[in-house]
Amino acid sequence: MLGKLFQFKGGVRLPYHKEISTTLAVETADIPRRLVLPMSQHIGSPAKPVVESGQYVLKGEKIAQADGYVSAPVHAPTSGLIEDIGDYPLPHPSGMLAQCIVIKPDGKDEWITLTGHSGDYKQLDPSLLRNMIRSAGIVGLGGAGFPTAIKHNPGPDRTINTLILNGAECEPYITCDDMLMQDKAREIICGLLITKHALQAKHCVIAIEDNKPQAISRMQQAVDEFGNSQIEVAVIPTLYPAGSEKQLIFTITGKEIPSNGLPFHIGVVCQNIGTTAAVYRAINHGEPLISRYVTITGDVKQPRNLEVLFGTSVNDLIEQCGGSTADIQRLIIGGAMMGFAMQQTDIPVIKTTNCILVDAGQSKDLQKHKYTMPCIRCGSCADVCPINLLPQNLYWFSKAQELDRIQEYDIFDCIECGCCDYVCPSQIPLVQYYRFAKSEIWKREREQEKSDNARKRHEFHLFRIERDKAEKAEKLRLKKEALKLKEKAKEKGADDKAKSTIKETAPKNAAILAAVARAKAKKEQQKIKPKNTDDLTESQQKLVKEIDERRAKQRNIKSTGDKRKPDEKE
Amino acid sequence: MSLYAPSSPHFHNNNSVTKIMLQVLYALVPGILIYIYLFGFGVAINILLAIVTALGCEAIMLAMRKRPIAPFITDGSAVITGVLLALSIPSIAPWWIIVLGTAFAIIIAKHLYGGLGYNPFNPAMVGYAMLLISYPKQMTQWPQSDASIGFTQSLELIFSDNASSQALADAVSGATPLDYLKNQLGLSRDIPDIMANSEAFGIFGGSGFEWVSIAFLAGGLWLIKKKVIHWHIPAAMITALSAIALVFYAIDSNQYASPIFHIFSGATLLGAFFIATDPVSAATTAKGKIIYGACIGLLTYIIRTWGGFPDAIAFAVLLMNMSAPTIDYYTKPKTYGHK
Repeated sequence: MLGKLFQFKGGVRLPYHKEISTTLAVETADIPRRLVLPMSQHIGSPAKPVVESGQYVLKGEKIAQADGYVSAPVHAPTSGLIEDIGDYPLPHPSGMLAQCIVIKPDGKDEWITLTGHSGDYKQLDPSLLRNMIRSAGIVGLGGAGFPTAIKHNPGPDRTINTLILNGAECEPYITCDDMLMQDKAREIICGLLITKHALQAKHCVIAIEDNKPQAISRMQQAVDEFGNSQIEVAVIPTLYPAGSEKQLIFTITGKEIPSNGLPFHIGVVCQNIGTTAAVYRAINHGEPLISRYVTITGDVKQPRNLEVLFGTSVNDLIEQCGGSTADIQRLIIGGAMMGFAMQQTDIPVIKTTNCILVDAGQSKDLQKHKYTMPCIRCGSCADVCPINLLPQNLYWFSKAQELDRIQEYDIFDCIECGCCDYVCPSQIPLVQYYRFAKSEIWKREREQEKSDNARKRHEFHLFRIERDKAEKAEKLRLKKEALKLKEKAKEKGADDKAKSTIKETAPKNAAILAAVARAKAKKEQQKIKPKNTDDLTESQQKLVKEIDERRAKQRNIKSTGDKRKPDEKE
Repeated sequence: MSLYAPSSPHFHNNNSVTKIMLQVLYALVPGILIYIYLFGFGVAINILLAIVTALGCEAIMLAMRKRPIAPFITDGSAVITGVLLALSIPSIAPWWIIVLGTAFAIIIAKHLYGGLGYNPFNPAMVGYAMLLISYPKQMTQWPQSDASIGFTQSLELIFSDNASSQALADAVSGATPLDYLKNQLGLSRDIPDIMANSEAFGIFGGSGFEWVSIAFLAGGLWLIKKKVIHWHIPAAMITALSAIALVFYAIDSNQYASPIFHIFSGATLLGAFFIATDPVSAATTAKGKIIYGACIGLLTYIIRTWGGFPDAIAFAVLLMNMSAPTIDYYTKPKTYGHK
């Protein structure tokens, strides 16, 4: 089974500061006065509310349904009244507002009737398991928030050889997975077995960085209790970003996920510890995903982990941890390497919120940006890049906005782990440059798409005009022809049956006849000169004559002009 | 309330350009001390002149280019350029040689190309090449290790231009071992004969210079250990130089000097660890650095053996500076997940 581990390229050793939030046991956070639940707590389309303002909901009741395949429902984290459905700030780097359901808890915390499957999960069909996981609103709790049911459905032709449980937790400060493994090792193993069954995976590896000895021993103990030889604990070296999916899969299997591919393309699925525990709660107890472990750390008086209901404000949590040690200067959602700083603290905890890192100017390692020096091409960035990119060149090209060149240097393989930035002696905010380049490329592609669509629309518009014109002309021609034939039939058909038989048998002849008739009719018309000029004065007659001459002349010019320049008709 | 919200990551290892440059300077110290011990204070005076000139020119250029002066004047890069140039020229050369060379390096080779990080050529080597071509006499009068030049003599050699100073210079100087060897080979003598009958040669390289070289080697290895420089360029350069020297030495040891002699003579080790490794002007990919270093090694041998100049580090480095962008382009590493 698990042979040796593979060492991924690059990576950095960091100050972890994990010990500060692991001294206190995990407690359940208080139910706040108000819960703000964003409809978008996952990757994919936002959920659609199925409740109305003023409605009473029970704990665990579905308040929003998945909208499309890549989406996830949202459930009420506690019982209470729906106070509002409207736009509130999201925990998102842009600080954008989006639709949220606001619940005013009634304090009773009353559950809906839960129907879990306490029997043998192996009796259940994998697709049924997936449905249960999907309707429980489970998404990846590691940070990305990809709907778990989709991950559990790699397709009928795929075989999953290895299911990796990601307990690496390589980001500084974050300890929620560590604490969860210590507290709920059995639940995690149960969830792992369910996931294994859902995926029909051959074997499972629980990967934990070696700086979490307690979690390792608890998990090992739980694995031994279950006595399943297809599950093992892999202790991996502590090296950031060991917990990144690409690096973790390489560490365990020695294989690389193809660029633009997904882990299941190489027979691997990677799942977070917390997600796995949620899978167990959903299947065995029928509980939807309504809370999670969150690390509140940094410059707070009592850094710790709390089990937090989704929708709880970050402010409330900081308060529950004794408040910040000084005025808050920066609030980071996530870890110190990949977490994003928010401009305000009144934002809710959502499914993907693993850590709230408070900076009140006392954590020396949390850097303020200094004066940026020019790149000296020292290559330290390339040494630590776990994707084996050339960050110095990516920087150069993004600065110069050479968007084609930067794609040749595989900017879209960059995972934004921040290793290059961390070691850069010139203190260049490299990741920011890469994000800028990526968004510029996306913008350009969107614009390209837009202009392509506009061009297509215009071309179709022209085509339609031409087509309509042609159709009209054709219709007119047919109409005229029909009219002529009718007239002729009237004229000649009655007394001359022989001719009409020719007409019937030989349409070609008929056409000739029609043409002859037309010519005749024209001549006839020209002969009859309808003029109301019989009793005009001399001067009037002269005027009429002049006009006639001018008209004739013009007609002449026009016809010769037409011959010369057929393109300039109009 | 709007908080400070910079882009991630929020950590930094506190490394800086200044720290890197300072470490390079520390690594040069043992070599400089041995240099002073063996050849007198001339080199110290030259280094001082170079540093003053470098910082002065840097400040003036930064002001003229409307760049902030403080962060760049303290980055240490100008100091290193000056020190490397001072170590490359004869330590008894008149004062204006180092001043002119340093000013040329900082103003022309560095700032006219955009300053720190933008110079395509190693500034110290540009300064050196300019001096060697313009002032061949002053640039080839090297002190002899047994001349035991005192402090006042050093001052006289560098700062005065009278007849007694000239006579003193003639008395204490001579050709470098590489130069001497080249001249004598031209007189159809063979190497064992030349080496046995001259004071210029030491145990494995040039007399005196070999110990300075060993100190530079030690400093360079320390830089690799501290991860200030990568091993690729020095290793490739020394390996390539040794390999080609070995081939010709094996063919005819009377006409071609041994690899050991090539490594410990001239500026080979200073060049390998301190000059060729200048990150701004060198190749940056791992494979690229090996190619870059190896080509410098080969070019050094070729120019030393068949070219018009006794030593060749500067020209080899400058030629490879030109090739660095192309080498980088063709040695892009395989990205994770790509075939």
